Amino acid sequence: MILDSLLPPLVVLSSFLPGLVIFFLDESRVRLRTTLNLVGAVTKLLLIAYMLWGVFHQQDFVFRHTVLPGFDLVLNADALAMLFVTLSAVLWFFTTLYAIGYLEGAPHRSRFFGFFSLCVTATVGVAMAGNLFTFFIFYELLTLATYPLVVHRGTPEALRAGQRYLAYTLGGGAILLVGIIWLYTLAGSVDFVHGGSLAALGSAHAAELRWIFLLLIAGVGVKAALVPLHGWLPQAMVAPAPVSALLHAVAVVKAGAFGIVRVVYEVYGVTFAQVLGVLTPLSWVASATILWGSLRALAQDDLKRRLAYSTVSQVSYIVLGVTLFGPVGTVGGVVHLVHQGIMKITLFFCAGNYAETLGIHRVSQMDGVGRRMPWTTAAFTLAAFGMIGLPPLAGFVSKWYLGLGALEAGMDWVIGVLMLSSLLNAAYFLPIVYRAWFKPQAGEWPHEHILARGRRETGWLLLLPPVFTAAAALAVGLFAAMPFSPLDWVQLIAEREYAP
Amino acid sequence: MAIESVAPLPWLVLLPLAWATLSFLLGPSRGAGIAIVGLLLQAGLVLLLAWQLTTMGTQHHAVGGWGAPLGIDLVADGLSVVMLLMTAAVALPVAIYARAWFVAKPAGAAWFWPLSGFLVAALNGLFLSADLFNIYVTLELLGLAAVGLTAATGERRAVAAAMRYLLATLLGSGAYLMGVALVYGTYGSVSLAVLGGLVESLPVVMLAAGLMVAGMLLKTALFPLHFWLPPAHGGAATPVSALLSALVIKASFYLALRLWFGVFEPLAAVSAAQVLGALGAAAVFWGSVQALLQARLKMLVAYSTVAQVGYLFLVFPLATGTPAEAAAGAWQGGVLQAVAHALAKAAMFAAAGAMILGAGSDRIDRLGGVGARLPLALFAFGLAGIVLMGLPPTGGFATKWLLLMAALETGQWWWAAVLVGGGLLAAAYVFRVLLAAFAPVPEQGRVTGVARSLEWTAFALATAGVLLGLFAAHVVTLLDVGA
Repeated sequence: MILDSLLPPLVVLSSFLPGLVIFFLDESRVRLRTTLNLVGAVTKLLLIAYMLWGVFHQQDFVFRHTVLPGFDLVLNADALAMLFVTLSAVLWFFTTLYAIGYLEGAPHRSRFFGFFSLCVTATVGVAMAGNLFTFFIFYELLTLATYPLVVHRGTPEALRAGQRYLAYTLGGGAILLVGIIWLYTLAGSVDFVHGGSLAALGSAHAAELRWIFLLLIAGVGVKAALVPLHGWLPQAMVAPAPVSALLHAVAVVKAGAFGIVRVVYEVYGVTFAQVLGVLTPLSWVASATILWGSLRALAQDDLKRRLAYSTVSQVSYIVLGVTLFGPVGTVGGVVHLVHQGIMKITLFFCAGNYAETLGIHRVSQMDGVGRRMPWTTAAFTLAAFGMIGLPPLAGFVSKWYLGLGALEAGMDWVIGVLMLSSLLNAAYFLPIVYRAWFKPQAGEWPHEHILARGRRETGWLLLLPPVFTAAAALAVGLFAAMPFSPLDWVQLIAEREYAP
Repeated sequence: MAIESVAPLPWLVLLPLAWATLSFLLGPSRGAGIAIVGLLLQAGLVLLLAWQLTTMGTQHHAVGGWGAPLGIDLVADGLSVVMLLMTAAVALPVAIYARAWFVAKPAGAAWFWPLSGFLVAALNGLFLSADLFNIYVTLELLGLAAVGLTAATGERRAVAAAMRYLLATLLGSGAYLMGVALVYGTYGSVSLAVLGGLVESLPVVMLAAGLMVAGMLLKTALFPLHFWLPPAHGGAATPVSALLSALVIKASFYLALRLWFGVFEPLAAVSAAQVLGALGAAAVFWGSVQALLQARLKMLVAYSTVAQVGYLFLVFPLATGTPAEAAAGAWQGGVLQAVAHALAKAAMFAAAGAMILGAGSDRIDRLGGVGARLPLALFAFGLAGIVLMGLPPTGGFATKWLLLMAALETGQWWWAAVLVGGGLLAAAYVFRVLLAAFAPVPEQGRVTGVARSLEWTAFALATAGVLLGLFAAHVVTLLDVGA
C-alpha cells in the first residue's frame, strides 16, 4: 500500500515540520509554540502506535527515495527500528513537557524548540534508516541539531563544551563516512537485513572487513561514548537539563549504540562478525568503558557530571550485550537501550528539578532534600535503584539477561564485570539517596527559585515527567513478561535476527 | 505554436543583453525591476530547455539559419543545461538581494544592473557555444563585465583589486586565444564537433591544450594562481561578490572540464591529471587555513572559495584513465560540486553582507549580537556552511560521496584524505564565524536590523544548496543527456 510506505517519512516529518515553523515564530508566541510542539509529539505517537501494530503482524513499512544513482534514502520501520522510534517518541513527549516548564520565561525559546524538534527528527531517522547511507545522513544531522542545544546558554563554558562536542562528533562522522564508502566499494549499496549481508563476501576480504569494522565502530563509538572516545560527554552536561536528558537517554549516545547494533547484526551479521573475530575485542572495549565510567562517576561531586559518567558506563551495557554471541545476550543488550533510556531520563529530570527549584548542583548540597522535594527524590531513588540493578526494576531485567547471555556465550568473565560494575553503581548512587533522605538539611538551600506551595514541591510541568518515567522504569521491570513490554518486543527482534 | 518548437537557446543570450541595455537607459531603480523580470523569464526558459532535453535529447540551434562551419552554432547538452540552471538559480535571488542592497548602499548601483546583464549573457553564451572562438568571445565579455562589477563601487580597495583581476583575466583569455589560434592553424576548424574526431597528440596541439587549460586554471583561481581572487571577491560590493564566487569562476572550470574530457581527451595524461589534483589538494588546505586566519568576514568567505575550487580539480585525477564507472561518478561529483558551491557560496556572501550591514563592521570579532538580531541571516550562513563542509543531506554531501566513492574505488586514498580533511577544516572556519556571532554584546542594540529580503534571499539560496543533495539524482540524470 502506498500509504504504508509513506508512514515512515511522516513520522520523521511530524517533528520536522513543527520545528521548522517554530524557528520562525516570534519569541512571545508561547501558546502557538506549545501547541505546535504538542501536536507534533502526539501525532508522532499516534502514527507509531499504528505502525507498531502493523510490524507486530509482519507488515512492512518501507519508504525509498533515490538520492544518487544507486544510493537510496531508505526508511524501514522494522522491529528494531520501532523499538528505538517508540522510545524516542515517548521520551520526547515527556521531555517537551518538561522543557516547556523548565524554560518558562527564558530567552531564545523559539531557537531552542526548533533545534529540539530537529534533534528528535534526526533520532527517528537514525532509528528507521534502512541502510548505512541513510543512517549516515541522519547521524550527521543529529550532530548539527544538537550542537546549538549544547551551547544554548552561550556561556564561555558552554561554548567550549560545544567546540569539544563538535570536534569529537564531526571527527567521528568523518571516520564513519570513510568506513561506509570503503564497505560500499567492496559490497555495493546494501540494505540492512536480518543476519547481515557480508557473509557472502567470505574470507577473501577478511582483513579489509576487519579494518572497516574498526572504522565503523570508531565512527559510531564517538557518540556511544566508548572509552577512549567519550571525552565530550561529561563536558556536554553544561547544556540545559532537558537537553542533557534527551542527549543521555535517547538522542545522541543511543544513536551511537544503536549504530553498533545495526552494524553488528544487520551489516556484518552476528555470526559472520564472530567468524571474523571482531566481537571479542569489542567486548573488551565495552567492559573497560563500563568500569572506567563507573570509577570516574565515583569521583564527581557535581550531580550532572556524576550522571554523565554513569551514562558512559551504562550505554556500554548495550554494546556488551551485542558482543555476547547468542540470542539471550542480544536480548540483554538491546532491551537495555530502552531501560537505560527510561531510567537515565528520570535521573536527569530530577537533577534539573533540584537545580531549578533549589539551586542544588552538587551531591554535597543534597542533604535532606528528600523532605523538601519528596516526589522528585522518590523518582530519583527508583531510577537509581534501577541503575544499580535491584529487582524488580528495569535495570535488573537487563543485567539478568546480560549475565545469562554471557554464560551462554561462554564468556564467564563478563559476570565479574557485571558484578563489579553493580557494586560501583551502588557506591556512587547510594550515598546520594542516603543524603537526600536521611541526612538533616544543612543550612539554607543554595538558591531557592521556586517556593513550595502546599504539597506541590515545584512546578507541575517539572514534576510530572520524572514521576511518570520513574513509574515506567518500575513498570517495564515488573511487567517484563507481559506482551508488548520492551522485553517482549526485544525477544521478537532476537527471534527474527537469529532465525535461520 | 507548440511548446516543443520554442527554441530557448538564442533567447537565453539575447534576453539578458536586452535587460542590460534597458536598465542602463532607465537608471538603477527601474533597472532593478526590469532585471528581475528578465531573470524570471530566463528561469522559465531554462526550465523549458531542461524539459526539452530530457524528452528530446541534446538541443541544437544555428543562429540566423547558418550552420557550422560558416555560422554560429548553439548546442545544449546535459552539462550545458546544468550550468544554465545553476546560473539562473543563483542570478535571480542575487538580483532580488541586490535591489535591497543598493538601497542601503547606493555606491555602484548605476553600473551593477547593466554589467550584470552582460555577465549573465556571457555566461549563458559560453555554456551554449559550440566552437572555440565563440567561446573566446564570451569568455572575454565575461571577464570584462566581472572586472567592471568589481570596480563599480569606486572604493580604492575595490579598484586596486579590479586592476589585479583585469590582469589575471586578460592573461588567462590571452593564453586561451593563443591555444585557439594554434588549433585553428593545425586543423583549420574551431568547431568542437569537428575537432572531436581530429585531435591527436602532436607537439603543437599539446602546446595549444596546455595554454588553454593553463588559462582556465588562472581564471578559476586554482592554487597557486589564486592571488587575484580574495581581494576581488572580498572587496567588491556584496551582490557582486556572490556572482563572482558562485558563477564566474565556474565558467572557466566548465571550459576546462569540457576541453579535458572532450576534444582534448586523446591528450589527457594521467600524470598531468595528478598534478591538477595535487594543486587542488593544496588549494583545499591553503584556502582553508587562510580562511581560518582572516580577520574580515568577506575575506574569510573569499578564501573559502579558494579552498572549494580545489575540490573541483580532484575530478581530473579521479576521472582520467580510471575505470569507466568510477570516472563517471567522479565527473558527476565534480559538476555537482560546481553547482553546490555556487548556491552555497552565493548564500554565504549574501548572508555575510547582511550580517556586516547589521553589525556595521566586517570584522569577525565585531559580529557579536548578530545571532540575536539577525537570526535568519546567521542561520543561512550556517546552512551554507554545512553545504561547504559536505555534511548530509546537502549538495556538498552528494558531491563528497561521489568523489570519495571514486577515490576509494580507484585506490587513490590520498584524494579521500583531502576530501575528509577539507571538510573538517571547513567546519573549523564556519563555526568560527558562528561562535563569534553568538557572542553576547556588552552594548545593547549595537546591531541594527536589515531589509527582510536581504536575509530571505540568503536563506533561499542556502536551502537550495541543501535540497540539491536530496535531489542530486535528478541533476545526474540531466547531466547524462548527450554525455
